Amino acid sequence: MSNHTLEPTAPAAPHAACATCPVQAHARLRKLGVDVSGWDYTVALAGNPNTGKSTIFNALTGLRQHTGNWPGKTVTRAEGGFVYQNKRYKLIDLPGTYSLLSTSTDEEVARDFILFGCPNVTIVVADATRLERNLNLVLQILAITDRVVVAVNLIDEARRHGITVDTRGLTRDLGVPVVPMVARRGEGLPELLGFIAEVASGAYQTRPRHLALRNPNLERALDQLIPQVTAAFPGLPNARWVALRLLDGDPSITQAVRDGTLGDLSRGLAPAPIALEVV
Amino acid sequence: MATSPIDQLLDRATGLRRELGGQLHDQVSEAIFADAVQIANRSVSRAGQQAAFRFDRAVDRVVTSRIWGFPLMILLLTGVFWLTIAGANVPSSILADLLLGTVYNGLHAAAASIGAPAWLSGLLIDGIYLATAWVVSVMLPPMAIFFPLFTLLEDLGYLPRVAFNLDRLFKGVGAHGKQSLSMMMGWGCNAAGVVATRIIDSPRERLIAIITNNFSICNGRWPTLILMGTIFVAATAPPALASLVAAASVVTVTIIGIFVTLVVSALLTRTWLRGEASAFSMELPPYRPPQVLRTLYTSLIDRTVIVLSRAVVMAAPAGAVIWLSSNIIVGDASIAAHVVGFLNPFGWLLGLNGVILLAYIVAIPANEIIIPTILMLTLTVGRSELAKAGVMLELEDDLVYQTLTQLGGWTTLTAVNLMLFSLLHNPCSTTIMTIWNETKSAKWTLIATLLPVALGIAVTLTTATVARLAGWI
Repeated sequence: MSNHTLEPTAPAAPHAACATCPVQAHARLRKLGVDVSGWDYTVALAGNPNTGKSTIFNALTGLRQHTGNWPGKTVTRAEGGFVYQNKRYKLIDLPGTYSLLSTSTDEEVARDFILFGCPNVTIVVADATRLERNLNLVLQILAITDRVVVAVNLIDEARRHGITVDTRGLTRDLGVPVVPMVARRGEGLPELLGFIAEVASGAYQTRPRHLALRNPNLERALDQLIPQVTAAFPGLPNARWVALRLLDGDPSITQAVRDGTLGDLSRGLAPAPIALEVV
Repeated sequence: MATSPIDQLLDRATGLRRELGGQLHDQVSEAIFADAVQIANRSVSRAGQQAAFRFDRAVDRVVTSRIWGFPLMILLLTGVFWLTIAGANVPSSILADLLLGTVYNGLHAAAASIGAPAWLSGLLIDGIYLATAWVVSVMLPPMAIFFPLFTLLEDLGYLPRVAFNLDRLFKGVGAHGKQSLSMMMGWGCNAAGVVATRIIDSPRERLIAIITNNFSICNGRWPTLILMGTIFVAATAPPALASLVAAASVVTVTIIGIFVTLVVSALLTRTWLRGEASAFSMELPPYRPPQVLRTLYTSLIDRTVIVLSRAVVMAAPAGAVIWLSSNIIVGDASIAAHVVGFLNPFGWLLGLNGVILLAYIVAIPANEIIIPTILMLTLTVGRSELAKAGVMLELEDDLVYQTLTQLGGWTTLTAVNLMLFSLLHNPCSTTIMTIWNETKSAKWTLIATLLPVALGIAVTLTTATVARLAGWI
């Protein structure tokens, strides 16, 4: 669609400053569908069930992953791709979960990908009408990875219910970018893309909030265990979280420690992709 | 005695866990939740008026009420099927006139004019073309109406309310409440429903959900039910009520499916898969105004076209196989006639016939082709019998009803039992593979495959015997 350049009234070339202005950038989103070859960054989409993850996934990739107004629609990962500002992104739509602490298969798929899949950015989609329960998951994900962008979706529904969300205040409290969105209508998509790019490239340095455990005994136990975790796995980005899971006796993390999957992670190698068919 | 740092780490973690005691998991969850509440309180403000919430709750009070919940569900489902059946009538007959009349005769005329050999035009036109044409004319109109309506209900947020109503029943039989969700996924596709059971944490309850998922009528089976309801069950009612009776018959089979799901779940929790039902909480999503145009588009593209193309892809080779097996003569009859003749006595016992049983074997890869396969087999096997007697069948004059009653000797019992057998038979091969992938157990895959067939045989045998003893047939 190069018709625009032929219009006589349009300037021959945009002003140099405009090319780098983020406002222009959304127009340069190129949806790649399922073509995810040779990506520069991987981006994971996480969030509670029925918050609009698949809607955002479809808006970014141009795919038509089935969306439905009920929890539990996506139980496997779906993958798609898009190009933004000349970088290729691979987007992974994870199953919706309320928490990453229990052990059902769908939660494990989400947790394992965020932990072992090493996404460059994790978008956590939160429902503006049920923010406190959604923040539960945001906080847990912030404990695993600091490269997070929070999308507060369904802002229109919140407005209908007389709820307003102070996303600037949230950004301050969480230490990561927070974008208000109405994904069904594409509102907030340009801002989301901008933050994804900035967090992926490292231009935006996040300062994620730490889990406040409110238990001195637990903090003491963690203080003893964390050095041992970092000694066994130098360079592990989330030693505190791994220590906490070990204290809790999480079987799959214990297994990952034992069989060296966690070791690959600390050496900066992405482990073999988790084999899961996409239905 | 050198232990690796990893072993030391794990030992230390175990030691510290003992010191901390068993409350750790809950404490961590509570701490995170307290933090979340604090942050949310700072950033969320609520205005005084909450009319929308109140509206949602008022609707929910009716929709999920103990008294009105189920009648409303039955009413809505009947409405959806009624619209489907009443709306599909006219386009169905137009399509049939076109594809099975004009185009079919045109193709034969064209083949005759270029002097194509009879076996070639038979294989291509009476085999491959006819099978795919039946698929399109029989399945396209009802699907193009039913799928968008069903997707609209889903988009609106009604399906989780149905799951909420059913939850009580599932809990009552000792199964997981989330089984109601995977069951409803099965109303789209059983393979997807089996994958959806991943939301169930306990392996015991998940197995129950996997085994019983096949009792949810899937995309491939709705058209069979709708067609049988429309042409046979509706014929027993006065014309004014015909579509309503047809819709009610489809709803009845759906509800029998839910009932069988519950009964089988109850039996499993009392025999092989004993255990306590685990608790879960389900969130009722807000009612969202459905995006009508988008829903129409995606349900037409994603469901109608995919189901239809799967049916066409399967029907074309099946049509060729059926034509060949009906025209290759071994001894005194065609191969198909031999097989049908062999299956006929058993089929008769079940109130079905050999053609239907053979069709269910041919259609293992895709339930979508049941009706076209039955029609093709009835036409080819039946026609050769009639041809011997000197009767010619004009295809465009007789549609499905006449083909089945005159050539196949069908009665209302055949149609009703076909509807029941459509509900109760083995899953399609895709679903069987999915069950294997999800359970990795030959035993459970086999049980999930054979249990429904056994039930189907038992149920149809019973209805056929009762109907015959009572003298209805």
